[in-house]
Amino acid sequence: MHDRGGWPTDAPIDRSEHELADWELLTDALLGALAGRGLMNVDQLRRGIESMPPDAYERASYYERWLFSIETRLAEEGVLAPGELDARLAT
Amino acid sequence: MSYRPGQRVRVEAREHAGHHRTPAYLKGKTGTVERVYPAFRNPETRAYGDDGLPKQPLYLVGFAQRDVWPDYGGHVDDRLYADVFEHWLQEAQ
Repeated sequence: MHDRGGWPTDAPIDRSEHELADWELLTDALLGALAGRGLMNVDQLRRGIESMPPDAYERASYYERWLFSIETRLAEEGVLAPGELDARLAT
Repeated sequence: MSYRPGQRVRVEAREHAGHHRTPAYLKGKTGTVERVYPAFRNPETRAYGDDGLPKQPLYLVGFAQRDVWPDYGGHVDDRLYADVFEHWLQEAQ
C-alpha cells in the first residue's frame, strides 16, 4: 500500500480524538529505542508500512501499522526469528 | 540544479518502484517554489538502510488546487503546499 493520498472516496473524515492506550505509547517508545540503537529509522518505518497487504493496511489503526513495520524490520535484522512473536504470544 | 523562491517548477512524472515521498497526485503538476529548506538525507535510500547521502535539497512548493484536481470545485485561489525534494523537480517552461 503506497501513495494512498488523493484517492477518491465518499467516506467522511474521522475527526474524533482518543486517548492513547498504553500499548500505543509503548510502540512509540519502542521505535525511539530502536532508532537510538541504529536499528531502524523513520524511512524504514514508512517503507515497512507501505509493504503491508492492502487489506491489512486498511483494517489497521495508526500504531498497529507501526507494529507491523517494526516487526518486519526486526525480522529483517535477525533480532526476531521467524515466528518468534507468534510463538511467544501463544504461550 | 537548484531553485529559488517564486520560480515555476514541475514535479517529474516518472515512476519510482521503491519508497519515495513524492505524492502521485502531484506528479506532472506545475507549481511555484515558496520556500527553500536545508538539504536532508534522502529517504529513498535511507528506507533501505543506506546513509541517505548525499543530502538532497528540499523545497516547499505551492500548487493551485484547480491545477492538481481536474474537477476542483473550491475557491479559485485555494492552494496546496507540499515538500518536494530537488531530484523530483524540473524547471517549468
